[in-house]
Amino acid sequence: MSTIHSHSSAETNYLTHSRGFLSWALTLDHKRIGVMYLVSVLLSFFFGGLFALVVRTQLIFPGMDLLTRDQYNQVFTLHGAIMVFLVIIPSVPAALGNFILPIMLGAKDVAFPRLNLMSYYLWLFGAAFFLLALFMGGIDTGWTFYTPYSTDADKGSQFAGVIPALTGVFILGFSSIFTGMNFIVTIHRMRPPGMTWFRMPLFLWATYATAVIQVLATPVLAITLGLLAMERAFGIGIFNPALGGDPVLYQHFFWFYSHPAVYIMILPAMGIISELISVHSHKHIFGYKFIAFSSIAIAIFGFLVWGHHMFTSGQSELITVIFSAITFSVSIPSAIKVFNWLATLYKGSISLNTPMLYALSFMIIFSIGGLTGLHLGTLATDIHLHDTYFVVAHFHYVMMGSALLAMIGGLHHWWPKITGKMYNETLGRIGAIGVFIGFNLTFFPQFIMGSHGMPRRYHDYSGVGWLPEMTQLYAPYHFWSSVGSYVMALAFFLTAGYLIHSIFRGRPAPANPWGGRSLEWQCSSPPPHNNFDEAPTVGDCYDYSVLEWDEAQQGYRWRPDVPRPGAGGANPYKH
Amino acid sequence: MAQVTDTHKHSNEDAGHHGVGHIVSPKILIANTIALLVLTVITVAVAKIDFMEYNIHELNMIVALGVAVVKASLVCLFFMHLYWDRPFNGFVLVGSIAFVALFMVLAMMDTSEYRSDIVPGDSRGVVERINAAEQRYAPGSTP
Amino acid sequence: MTTSTHHAHDHPPHLAHHWETPQQQFDAGKLGMWLFLATEVLFFGGLFVGYSVWRGNDPELFQYGSRFLDTNMGALNTAILILSSMTMAMAVTFAQQSKQKALVICLVLTVLGGAGFMVIKYFEYTHKFHDGLFAGPAFYNGPPDPTKAHLWDPSLPVVTQEQLIAARMAAATTPPPPADATDAQPLTAQRSAIAPPQAGPSGLNLHANRASHDSHGKHDLLHPLQDPHRPVNAHVFFTIYYLMTGLHGIHVLVGMGVIGWLAVRAMKGHFNSEYFTPVDLVGLYWHVVDLVWIFLFPLFYLIH
Repeated sequence: MSTIHSHSSAETNYLTHSRGFLSWALTLDHKRIGVMYLVSVLLSFFFGGLFALVVRTQLIFPGMDLLTRDQYNQVFTLHGAIMVFLVIIPSVPAALGNFILPIMLGAKDVAFPRLNLMSYYLWLFGAAFFLLALFMGGIDTGWTFYTPYSTDADKGSQFAGVIPALTGVFILGFSSIFTGMNFIVTIHRMRPPGMTWFRMPLFLWATYATAVIQVLATPVLAITLGLLAMERAFGIGIFNPALGGDPVLYQHFFWFYSHPAVYIMILPAMGIISELISVHSHKHIFGYKFIAFSSIAIAIFGFLVWGHHMFTSGQSELITVIFSAITFSVSIPSAIKVFNWLATLYKGSISLNTPMLYALSFMIIFSIGGLTGLHLGTLATDIHLHDTYFVVAHFHYVMMGSALLAMIGGLHHWWPKITGKMYNETLGRIGAIGVFIGFNLTFFPQFIMGSHGMPRRYHDYSGVGWLPEMTQLYAPYHFWSSVGSYVMALAFFLTAGYLIHSIFRGRPAPANPWGGRSLEWQCSSPPPHNNFDEAPTVGDCYDYSVLEWDEAQQGYRWRPDVPRPGAGGANPYKH
Repeated sequence: MAQVTDTHKHSNEDAGHHGVGHIVSPKILIANTIALLVLTVITVAVAKIDFMEYNIHELNMIVALGVAVVKASLVCLFFMHLYWDRPFNGFVLVGSIAFVALFMVLAMMDTSEYRSDIVPGDSRGVVERINAAEQRYAPGSTP
Repeated sequence: MTTSTHHAHDHPPHLAHHWETPQQQFDAGKLGMWLFLATEVLFFGGLFVGYSVWRGNDPELFQYGSRFLDTNMGALNTAILILSSMTMAMAVTFAQQSKQKALVICLVLTVLGGAGFMVIKYFEYTHKFHDGLFAGPAFYNGPPDPTKAHLWDPSLPVVTQEQLIAARMAAATTPPPPADATDAQPLTAQRSAIAPPQAGPSGLNLHANRASHDSHGKHDLLHPLQDPHRPVNAHVFFTIYYLMTGLHGIHVLVGMGVIGWLAVRAMKGHFNSEYFTPVDLVGLYWHVVDLVWIFLFPLFYLIH
């Protein structure tokens, strides 16, 4: 009835393969490492989200007295730093990617399993340094650590957390680099026969492009933070203007990493969306090569636009114009992806499952986030919008509404594969819609008040602006924004609830609940320890015509009348 | 050892053949070392000549860096086996250098523009002078 | 082994379970190492960018500062690193040929080369510390450490950063004096006063300044703190020097450690023509250490 596996190793899966704490803590299995990453990342997401709720509560009314100014600065810094460095950057590549990538590729593991485990422990270590920073007085520099504030602010007493936080980010950077290296080598050297570059699922292209950025950009962050820590500790005079240094140079260094890092966050999310859209509309992806190459194009363009974070920071006019022009060009590959996804949906047989709802949310939110990026990339409007809530809304639309929602969508998509259990679909849809509504309610008002001039990073907005009425103007937007954050929080709690419930009480998942063609749907749910005992043979991973619904196992199976690709026995798709 | 220089797509096709990697004979390595040492002597000797006096200001740096690039290429090609290796490994190296160059060019373009822009003379004294002025108007603060 | 129907039980030793063939494993290790080296290139690249930005905008800092470096020591270190690179490359060759004894000798020689490099570096550093040439704002944080009194010419005043900046600001806002005033004044003439306003950047005066010092060697150089012709921000040269050579030195130390570990393993006979990947990959790392120095040497020691 349900999936019967003819192969012996399929009788135990990766979860039951071995038991005990050490079998997890010292595992070299990419799936277990992926799960450990997933748990850690989601825990960090919980804390980062709590900080966000505190920030929104402080801002719900003018004159709120929940936090002091210093506490407010610390809370938003921690929110930003945790969400960027501990959640979004590792979320898709390290957590989902680790689990999915080798299986999707048809490999038994990533190329360097020990390095993979090490990168997880580096992540833990980096996170520990963040905790240390918190206990040493916290940080209030914002996640960007701009000099001279980060090098000079309150050295002795409070906010001594800067150096521990820098160390934490430094270590997290290496974790990210090792993951990237592992993925590049895995994709280059471990493709099974038949898995040519253009047969790879688009998620792999996106992860590959991400890995390229991780390898090329993150070392620059490492050296930047190293220099900054030296500057703060010893006063070396490179970045600190009081010592003859150049603070704008610091911003160049920082954004040379951190702009590409934005693409480390969004590219894998786009890869997930390419999978979700195609699988859940049961239609071959449209414009495969365009989507694949646009990932690479985004990775490369991403290195050429860092200066658009510095338009008002004392950067020269010459380079400002250049960066503005290149910034517009990034929208081309992004738009190529969106149009191809739309074309994939067109005349597809769309199942409005939870993952699909997240994918559709992504397309709407990402379009808004991307298009408002053009406002900010335009020099004249940026002067007005810079450092207002418009910027806050823009990057939350891209980083939270796009990258994180895609991650949550991917989590739902691969949840049956990871845990072997189905979650409650109805609750899933309610959660997805709740997150979408809550998200837009939170951040859309921020666009409006930002364009009216509400500055970011203000702990209290009573008295902001040149007229007393300004406070009254901003107050309703802030109010609804905070309400939206509560809606979103409720939806996330609901999501966490039914996902956790499904682990214990969920229906066992079939091998292929959604009708996906890529290789991870060919092994059992959850996958066996070795993924594939023989290297699988690969066909077109977006051709769904060979699958049919099997009522008995509540999943999809290979149509009996269609011969499988490859010689007999080479294909692990067995039932 | 022909399989190393092959660039076929699936590295696992040429299996069953032990002894991977290209073996470089010590003679080549010694010849390469001698070339590197000779280049070091040349670059030190050239540095002693002051081209400033002949009004060719940049030549010292151009020669020094040119020799360094040649030396680096020799190390990469022969010591690091790139001459015989898969081209992609060399591409990784060249690509990483290209990104450093990109960073360098744009950062230098910008800094050279704005440095002279801010304050005539020396922009880096600005904070010093602001601090000094603040101290002048704030009695009680420590100098 | 032409098809993929290949099972774990006939894997050669050293072949991890997730690889099909030794060639695949070797290629993957090598690509991984090259990617790591790419990250090293970008890691050092950040410092090289910092160097270029400062040198491009303030070349006089480097012209001034490099006179405090000993070209001969730098050249000697270059030669040592090149030779140790050669022994490392030979170690790879010998490992591939299963020549155990030669492999061990080459690895030990490589470690010794690294040690020689670090010893010379140690002398260079200690000499500079002894002379009070520190990184950071050491040149303008007021009067020098009294315990270093022997370094100072008691007859000369200390020229602070503020004074230099004031002089340059004044120079930038006053009309240029007659041409003969741009020549370096005898140092005694400046004994009692702040450095007088100069026409144009102080770097222009270097030429006259160096002519009086170069032939006597570095010991006759005025300490930067007492040198009125010192460029503003002269400390940045030393900061960048210590950062870049220091980071490089750390890499040399790491390399020595890893190669030492390889030597121990080689003595136990772990490496042969079937399995030499660690030697090969560490070799690549060691060559990159050499590569970085090949650029650091002309960029710091060979400046006119």
